[in-house]
Amino acid sequence: MGRLRSLLIPGVDKQLLVRDATRLMPDLTRRRFISGGASLGALTLLTGCDVSDSFSAEEMLKQISKFNDGVQAAIFNPNALAPTFPESAITKPFPFNAYYGLDDAPTIDGREWKFEVRGLVDNKKSWTLEELYNLPQVKQVTRHICVEGWSAIGSWTGTPLRDFLKLVGADTRAKYCWFRCADAEGYNSPLDMATALHPQTQMTFKFGDEILPRAYGYPMKIRVPTKLGFKNPKYVVSMEVTNDYKGGFWEDQGYNSFSGS
Amino acid sequence: MSSLAVNDQHTVAATPAKVIQPAWVRTLHWINAVAMILMIMSGWQIYNASPLFDFKFSSSITLGGWLGGALLWHFAAMWLLMVNGLVYLALGLATGRFRKKLLPITPEGVISDARAALTGRLSHDDLTKYNYVQKLLYAGIIVIGVLVVLSGLAIWKPVQLQYLTALFGGYDAARYVHFICMAAIVAFLIVHVALAVLVPKSLRAMIIGR
Repeated sequence: MGRLRSLLIPGVDKQLLVRDATRLMPDLTRRRFISGGASLGALTLLTGCDVSDSFSAEEMLKQISKFNDGVQAAIFNPNALAPTFPESAITKPFPFNAYYGLDDAPTIDGREWKFEVRGLVDNKKSWTLEELYNLPQVKQVTRHICVEGWSAIGSWTGTPLRDFLKLVGADTRAKYCWFRCADAEGYNSPLDMATALHPQTQMTFKFGDEILPRAYGYPMKIRVPTKLGFKNPKYVVSMEVTNDYKGGFWEDQGYNSFSGS
Repeated sequence: MSSLAVNDQHTVAATPAKVIQPAWVRTLHWINAVAMILMIMSGWQIYNASPLFDFKFSSSITLGGWLGGALLWHFAAMWLLMVNGLVYLALGLATGRFRKKLLPITPEGVISDARAALTGRLSHDDLTKYNYVQKLLYAGIIVIGVLVVLSGLAIWKPVQLQYLTALFGGYDAARYVHFICMAAIVAFLIVHVALAVLVPKSLRAMIIGR
């Protein structure tokens, strides 16, 4: 203290110096208002359930979810294959799962159905089921992991999506393959291009060696073993290769869009 | 304005008190408390979507409102928990605090201190030293904390981190490990908070350091 005091210019009145200094500080009542507001904000953060409805908390969570999309895209290894299982590990019966009951699942006439290809592709022709069935197919037994936490192992047979993208001359520098489905409410889902090009991402036509049953998405499902289940669209009617983020049925309601596994 | 008088500074400097909990421990402790509570409450809501056992958590004690909201909270608070936890582990090891405060843990010490605690004869006079029961619980909860994060990563990324998932015995087993770690943390929290209330000066030390 003694040293500090000696630094003061001799002759300066300390009382006056303090008074001048306080005058330079912001108005005390204003400061109290700001700190009061901050603690009110902190309180609303602690009250739990109401927080989800609060605009600022929801905005913050959305921003972090977008950040998490980026982190997941960064750690996504295009060469890492999802674990495969022997046929004996297949879950029987494999669960039907949707936001509606099985009775409300789309009923599609395979002879009428056409798969439309749009957007940044050279060949925009629509594909009949028969034409798609003629493409080379592979079988894989992988685990389907639901966002809810349950999982089931299934056997899926179909054409690797990356082969099809090459066939139709898709611009694989585009950001998304955006799928639309025949579900009543229009089940859409954007799939990032890196995942679309993953060797196990498949246009699926068969489940357990049988033509894909209605419950699992007849006539075509996109099977993505590197994603959570809701990112595996069923009853697919079209694909658009695009740079625009067009949202999806569950993504729009708050599920993380990347949702990689 | 007299409260701002210069000579007030003498009184502050005149009472040097022993710091029981350094500032970094206190800061990380309370950030961890917030992160853990957010993780646990949102985790309960996620559990409810597909329960492992024959019960669900009451919606009054869950966070997020529905599965989607709970996931957003869980994967946001995850960063807070992980970054804070890593800083804590790094500083705990680098400063030698873990070694000084938590080691050694001897079975004899744990048994005799547990017996003393249960018969109400355990002294709390010196808060700078942990008894053997505390050492065991605090070291144990650090291990559980690491396990809950690793098992969480295993069920978050069972393809990208498939070797980690396999280490836990697969996706389904990792879910059980994650749940059991949560249960252990909640059990620890109940005892921890009860004891902090019983020995208020320990809570004081964790807030103001002395």
